[in-house]
Amino acid sequence: MKVKQSKYMRLSGLEPLVLNENSNFINVGERTNVAGSRKFLRLIKEEKFDEALDIARHQVDGGAQIIDINMDDGLIDGKESMVRFLNLIAAEPDICRVPIMIDSSKWEIIEAGLQVVQGKCVVNSISLKEGEEKFIWEAKQIKRYGAAVIVMAFDEVGQADNYERRIEIAERSYDVLVNKVGFPSEDIIFDLNIFPVATGMEEHRKNAIDFIEATRWVRQNLENVSVSGGVSNVSFSFRGNNGVREAMHSVFLYYAIQAGMNMGIVNPTMLEVYDDIPKDLLEHVEDVILDRRDDATERLLEFAETVKGSKAEKTVDLSWRENPLQDRITHALVKGLDAFIIEDIEQARQESEKPIDVIEGHLMIGMNVVGDLFGEGKMFLPQVVKSARVMKKAVAYLNPFIEAEKTEDSEPVGKILMATVKGDVHDIGKNIVSVVLACNNYEIVDLGVMVPPEKIIETAIKERVDAIGLSGLITPSLDEMVYLAKEMQRENFDIPLLIGGATTSKAHTAVKIDTQYKNAVVHVNDASRAVTVVGDLLNKQTAHEYVSKLKKDYDEFRTKFLKRGKEKSYITINEARARKYNIDWETSEIVKPKAMGVQMFKQLSLKELLPFIDWSPFFRSWDLHGKYPNILKDNVVGEQATVLFNEAQEMVQDIIAKQLLKPKAVFGLFEANTINDDDISVKKKGEEIAVFRTLRQQLKKRDGIPNHALADFIAPESSGKTDYIGAFCVAIFGAQELAESYKAKDDDYSAIMAQAIADRFAEAFAEYLHKEVRTKHWGYAENEDLTNDDLIKESYKGIRPAPGYPACPDHLEKETIWELLEVEKIIGVTLTESLAMWPAAAVSGYYFANPEAKYFGLGKITDDQVKDYAERKGIALEKARKWLHPNLAD
Amino acid sequence: MSDIRKALKERILVLDGAMGTMLQAYKFTEEDFRGERFKDYPTPLQGNNDLLSITQPEAIKTIHAKYFEAGADIIETNTFSGTTIAMADYQMEDLVYELNYESAKIAKEVAVEFTKKEPHKPRFVAGSIGPTNRTASMSPDVNDPGYRAVTFNELRIAYKQQVEALMDGGADILLVETVFDTLNAKAALFAIEEVKDERNLEIPVMLSGTITDASGRTLSGQTAEAFLISVSHIPLLSVGFNCALGANLLQPHLEAIANKTEFAISAHPNAGLPNAFGEYDESPEEMGEQIEAYLKKNLINIIGGCCGTSPEHIRVIANIAAKYEPREAVTLSAVEKSL
Repeated sequence: MKVKQSKYMRLSGLEPLVLNENSNFINVGERTNVAGSRKFLRLIKEEKFDEALDIARHQVDGGAQIIDINMDDGLIDGKESMVRFLNLIAAEPDICRVPIMIDSSKWEIIEAGLQVVQGKCVVNSISLKEGEEKFIWEAKQIKRYGAAVIVMAFDEVGQADNYERRIEIAERSYDVLVNKVGFPSEDIIFDLNIFPVATGMEEHRKNAIDFIEATRWVRQNLENVSVSGGVSNVSFSFRGNNGVREAMHSVFLYYAIQAGMNMGIVNPTMLEVYDDIPKDLLEHVEDVILDRRDDATERLLEFAETVKGSKAEKTVDLSWRENPLQDRITHALVKGLDAFIIEDIEQARQESEKPIDVIEGHLMIGMNVVGDLFGEGKMFLPQVVKSARVMKKAVAYLNPFIEAEKTEDSEPVGKILMATVKGDVHDIGKNIVSVVLACNNYEIVDLGVMVPPEKIIETAIKERVDAIGLSGLITPSLDEMVYLAKEMQRENFDIPLLIGGATTSKAHTAVKIDTQYKNAVVHVNDASRAVTVVGDLLNKQTAHEYVSKLKKDYDEFRTKFLKRGKEKSYITINEARARKYNIDWETSEIVKPKAMGVQMFKQLSLKELLPFIDWSPFFRSWDLHGKYPNILKDNVVGEQATVLFNEAQEMVQDIIAKQLLKPKAVFGLFEANTINDDDISVKKKGEEIAVFRTLRQQLKKRDGIPNHALADFIAPESSGKTDYIGAFCVAIFGAQELAESYKAKDDDYSAIMAQAIADRFAEAFAEYLHKEVRTKHWGYAENEDLTNDDLIKESYKGIRPAPGYPACPDHLEKETIWELLEVEKIIGVTLTESLAMWPAAAVSGYYFANPEAKYFGLGKITDDQVKDYAERKGIALEKARKWLHPNLAD
Repeated sequence: MSDIRKALKERILVLDGAMGTMLQAYKFTEEDFRGERFKDYPTPLQGNNDLLSITQPEAIKTIHAKYFEAGADIIETNTFSGTTIAMADYQMEDLVYELNYESAKIAKEVAVEFTKKEPHKPRFVAGSIGPTNRTASMSPDVNDPGYRAVTFNELRIAYKQQVEALMDGGADILLVETVFDTLNAKAALFAIEEVKDERNLEIPVMLSGTITDASGRTLSGQTAEAFLISVSHIPLLSVGFNCALGANLLQPHLEAIANKTEFAISAHPNAGLPNAFGEYDESPEEMGEQIEAYLKKNLINIIGGCCGTSPEHIRVIANIAAKYEPREAVTLSAVEKSL
């Protein structure tokens, strides 16, 4: 191939590194990257710089011709660590003989690095992501510091992910650099984005070949430039199978280098010699890399099973393979191992009279063991879901044989309809229950999320289901459930109704739903109970007795509950206002935000959110209770929690590497004053642009204890002071698609995991954004120095209450935020008719900065406030009652 | 094309010799250094050669004139230590602008005078920018290798001030010299680019490193070629080496860079290595002979002298230089092919 080259890049450490037409591929060492090496991150965190230097030395000794240094981690001071480490490297001639690649997403870290290295470095990286102006400015500075630069194929629109976009961005970047900045063309290195192939997603099929072809175009058309990339990304979907990965790397490099890729990050121990790749493996790998056939991925996946891992891999204990067939099948189910299940099932099928016997025999025996262990608390939900994955795979294999025989109908134990109700989008819990029931041989009709009641009724009749399970997370879903119970009554249903989801409760079920439906209504608060409850409900012999017992139980519970509720007393809204929380506005600190108005946060990397994740709720969503990190060492669930956690980490890394989820956020900071006690007037240059309506506690309290409303935390107009308020929405896009892609592969375990992780990222993003706002955009806590634990414990100044949550339970307020911030237009988060946010992994709310602002729960309110609220908000009383329903005192 | 670039194509240009060595002959006392103006200055001032541009301007002018008479095309301003960092030793940070401005002005006056006399041989003033007495990429504390006594930004700000004053005073060229730490030089180049940008004008820049011992590396550890690469991001008028070694020992390092750069090549070696008394005693003829060796090899565009050299040395060197053709400009693509 003829590349366009008249000048060659020249770099230096203590010694020169000069590229020329005979240069081999330049290998960049990347172990000195906190994002790529956990060990390095730990050493830097613990300030063990000597050992960190050893890693750098090891890289150079191992043949790295450039070392990439990255200190981008939320928990370390990146700038300080970069400078310190580079200064120390400068004192180690055996390390600093090679050029340094200064790697950061933050300009201040890049610049700090450039100021302490005498040789000619490479900056990694800049791009058009934030527009031409910033790109030009940074390029000029880099030129002045005397460094080469990696340019990412990224622009204002996003990251280049196909051939055309790679070329478009590279060409434009080149033009700007060479013609507007005067950047030496030989010092430009393009990173054209190496993305994984064989992920199972159709749109990833051309990832490798597009990179290779774009590389060819760039080297033929953009004179003097280099092309680089991180090679291991390409084989990400074969994590754990180093044999295949090594072959994939070699094949990829073989073609990419021919196309002109001349440098990159490659782990030399993860590379097979191209000629030593066995012919059959080579063919399968090339099919995938070069996208030569439609079924390339499936074929390689299949073939990969036969590929022995590289010598570096640990040996796996396979002694259980010696056991009798049933033991092996049970073992596979209990351990969630699917590697040999097809082989074993095939043997079982051949030994059985009918294929269905394998399901009813071998597999059910195994699943019963799983069920027993689960019931005894010796297995945990994530394991059971994995068992289900193996079960599904086995059943899927047997199905064609069963269909072929079809002599006799086989009947599942029962058919359950599952749905997340209209207006609600949360389905992690529903999915878990579905899977657990499915692996207990129930047939599941899953209608998904936001299912209208008519569709539930219609499907239930048509499919003749044996029970209906409803799920919901937000408060309006409670009313949907009540409505559905009424409809079931009207249609004379006689099947049980199961209620579940975070906002549901036995109290609500007993008081509001059970009374609407004469048949069984059961609140199922965790997935492990679902199997026994459904079993009892559908057991023909005992069902009748069980249902009347349930009805009686709920009736008693209801009576007790209602009695308890009446013992509380409330004061009028006017009395409550007289007891508001008083802040001394003469002395109270009011900080004017540094940047007013609406701002968007689009291109944040998930990596930056990692340190902000609170993992405890993640374990809760899997019914593992305990606080992270202690839960990992818990006597009962510790082992399982650790397995789950490690697998979550793997998926998180995968999500980050492939950018499977996209965080987006919008927030705004505005002038504000409280008016008429409970309303917050939001202003722009003195003009009112929105009003937030807050609700006030009405529970009668002891003297001296105030009745809170959020409005109390903003200076009233009468104080004569201008105060400020903020509002925000963060969301993680892509979780639904990711979960679907797993479901399509019968992998519900990963699907649920993906959603749970997306939720964690959304919460982490809210935490991250709040911190950014406190310390930068608003800046009232500029000097805040809090650990991650402090953040999770919310020890910071100011609060971020969310509509729909205890301090401000009215979901309607989200509409005000949506209008004020133009949330839908700017980041594309929408509200359903029940005002749930879509995508589901989203958080929205207000920012209050006053040091005295704190979280509280509204509790119950009385009708006088509801009337007053409806008037203030200009909505019908009925509408206000409907939305505030859960908070109304009876 | 500026005059200097034109002259550079036509012949080997001659740079002056040592300022310090010439000043030693005057045997200036503490009082001479102080003059009337700094009579009561709180710190000892003897040895602050840069200050002499203010207190003994005639001596400085005379030395400049002697070098021009000897055949130099370019003289260096008396500003080797003219930064706030180097002047801190004398508590004279506030005088930095004036020192540089006056030194450049004096030198320019002499140059203009000679150019007027011999219009066929225009004379140039190179504003001398020394390395300061601190190093940005090495720690002065062996127990704390991560420590730095000076930062890039401190150097950049100090150099910027010196550059502005030299340009205001009339320097035709800037000469970043005796570079023992490439990072210091990069800070100087950064400052020069900033000034050029702010004033929207061009000024040729010469850069000269120093190789301290037989290992063939700069004090901060770089090989000659690595050093060249590290400073090539700015379009230099010339790059080369000065000081530390005698002319013969400099030759291999000049060879190491001469065919790897598009820039002109300069050398201003010492008059041999210092003897037991710390004096340089290589005669003009001895030094001339060694220099002729590399002129013959066509390695050089600008030649001069550093420590221990006198107008006599420069006269010999100028005469030899006149006999040889300058090194031909190479383009980098040609450079690559030769590798």
